[in-house]
Amino acid sequence: MTAVLVLGLMTATCVQAAAVLAAARWPRRAPAAAIVLWQALGLGWGLAAVGTLIGLGTAGQDLGGSAGSGTAPPGAGALGSGVAGGAVTALGRLVRGQLGFGPMALARLASLVAGLVLLMLLVWVLLSASAAVLRARQRQRALLSLLAHGDPKVPGALVVDYPAAAAYCLPGLRSAIVISAGTLDLLDSAELAAVLAHERAHLRERHDLVLLPFVALLNGFAWSPVVRKAHQAVALLIEMHADDMARRHRPARELATALLRVGAAGGGLAPSGALAAADPASDCDVTARVTRLLRPSQGLPAAALALVAAAATLAIVVPAAVLVIPF
Amino acid sequence: MDVLWEASESLTVRQVSEQLTERDLAHTTVMTVLDRLSKKGFARRQRDGRAWRYRAAESREAYVTELMLSALDQTGDRQAALARFVRSVSGSEARALQHALEALARPHDQHEDLSKS
Repeated sequence: MTAVLVLGLMTATCVQAAAVLAAARWPRRAPAAAIVLWQALGLGWGLAAVGTLIGLGTAGQDLGGSAGSGTAPPGAGALGSGVAGGAVTALGRLVRGQLGFGPMALARLASLVAGLVLLMLLVWVLLSASAAVLRARQRQRALLSLLAHGDPKVPGALVVDYPAAAAYCLPGLRSAIVISAGTLDLLDSAELAAVLAHERAHLRERHDLVLLPFVALLNGFAWSPVVRKAHQAVALLIEMHADDMARRHRPARELATALLRVGAAGGGLAPSGALAAADPASDCDVTARVTRLLRPSQGLPAAALALVAAAATLAIVVPAAVLVIPF
Repeated sequence: MDVLWEASESLTVRQVSEQLTERDLAHTTVMTVLDRLSKKGFARRQRDGRAWRYRAAESREAYVTELMLSALDQTGDRQAALARFVRSVSGSEARALQHALEALARPHDQHEDLSKS
């Protein structure tokens, strides 16, 4: 039962920590560290939440088992080999019809089923989000192969003849950076180079893979404010991190003016501007990025980074250990 | 594909080949490319006697619009499908950005003062 308690506490702690992290200011000073912490919290929450439900379903099942039949190994609690082992044992009994009856057994069964459903749901949203992403990229690539052309102003990028300002990258094995003709007119060559440096950072570090689990969570749990905040925070941190990478090669000022110009020019043409306007928290994203670039603050001290790393490790290791190690 | 977009009517493989004079392409190469385009849905074809006649399924502008709208769209999976340089902003924020931009465009020392204040 201790294991279930620990897992339940971890589930609550992860959600609480996510809410605190979403409101914190320090991630802007160390986006890379904060991204790692978000990933750890996400994974830790998933493990702990599934583990709690399955653990509740299997805890003390030797009582239920022996009530149904006498074949339960004496003294071998469900947590004898960790929650994961307990789940396997319980599933085996379920299949053999040896779980016993009564309100407690039914409650345990419901919890076990809920845990398995949550696990399958998490896997499903991740798979379906990946599939949707791959489809969208395939269509983008097919269209780009017909429409895009190179331009000496932006070496290595694809240019599409479109009047509005748009710049994005298409991650993947055959990655591409796409710039609209409108952006070419809007920005000078130094700003274009800054945009390219930013997008190359996204492609090089596969930021799309970092964001994917959070998009998947958003698809599955859009009703949850914490999930919405987590997705939003990670998306912004990824941009800030790419800004930092671009700043190593290009002056921050050029990147900042490029951000301001493209952001301001895109305003009137945003097809889903209503969505952005309805989301006041994200309304200052661009401003926040520009402020960061023009007034760079100190990075986090080494001690604080170590603390973040320790928290991230704990968030994953504690639930994982409880799941597999016998108590 | 550009040839199909510029043509006002559907073209046979031979007509497309003739328009591609700057590139010396074999008839079968053009045929393969057109076949592939129609399989991907970018071109439509219909029988005309013994030959196929091809035309573009949609105008070039329609495809550009689709490409760019899917890139600018901020909802759902597309957020993960590609990474935008900067999210387009709402009207009030765009005005704020314009002001910031004008402040930046002023001489550098003034801007330094601005950021210190």
